[in-house]
Amino acid sequence: MRLTFLPWRTRHRALACQEVVELVTDYLEDALTAADRKRFETHLAGCPHCTEYLAQIRETIRLAGRLTPEDLTPDMSTDLTDLYRRWRAEG
Amino acid sequence: MELDGELLRRLRAGDERAFVILVERYNGAMLRLALSFVDSRAVAEEVVQDTWLAVLRGLVAFEGRSSLKTWLFSILVNRARTTGVRESRSVPVADAGPAVDASRFGPSGGWAAPPEQWIEEAENRVDASKIKELLLGSFDGLPARQREVVLLRDVEGLSSTEVCAVLAISEANQRVLLHRGRSKIRQSLESELGGAAR
Repeated sequence: MRLTFLPWRTRHRALACQEVVELVTDYLEDALTAADRKRFETHLAGCPHCTEYLAQIRETIRLAGRLTPEDLTPDMSTDLTDLYRRWRAEG
Repeated sequence: MELDGELLRRLRAGDERAFVILVERYNGAMLRLALSFVDSRAVAEEVVQDTWLAVLRGLVAFEGRSSLKTWLFSILVNRARTTGVRESRSVPVADAGPAVDASRFGPSGGWAAPPEQWIEEAENRVDASKIKELLLGSFDGLPARQREVVLLRDVEGLSSTEVCAVLAISEANQRVLLHRGRSKIRQSLESELGGAAR
């Protein structure tokens, strides 16, 4: 998101918490300009709530990454082996 | 673990065992992704089977410019979209809700109701199975596009470039969808787990 679209932004003003939470993904994706990154980090250094918020987003990502898919059922396994053999037979 | 490239080589040489290993490795993730496009499990399983068949038929032509995982997911997304019941009634991309509800901020944009703590709760006091259930429930509540992006990025661990290729969306679009999706999942974790210490 470009900061210029946020109505309450004025140049060089410090970021408000409400702006910071909208920039978290761009920050993590390294998509902020150097100047905006600096403003983001400056805000965080003085704001425990936004620091907590960022930590929670990181935790959300970490928990999502731990989700394991369900195991292959015997039925699906059989179906797919059949599929393979049919494909082989197609030549 | 055997590398995908090696398995592909064996598969091309007609080794059935290589196919079985690939299926064991990727089928679950493919099914999960398919379920985010279609409503019924039966249809999702069909989409996944169609994908495997397309993979076998496309083996010769696959040049390995993308990773195998990205290739599999791309085929799957194309198949699912042509079948996609769920996709057709999904919310358009521009779902412009804020990351955090505006009522939680004061007039100057500072926190009025700051984030409630829940990280420690999630890590130390809640069962992994409960977390899994919470996350899956919260994925289910996301608009389809957001769910797809979060699944591919955060659950499957694809890079942003890979996600853009798989879903045929722009980097900027991907970031917006990821932002909305992650924000909502964080919010539901906070709602479910937050404030337990008080």
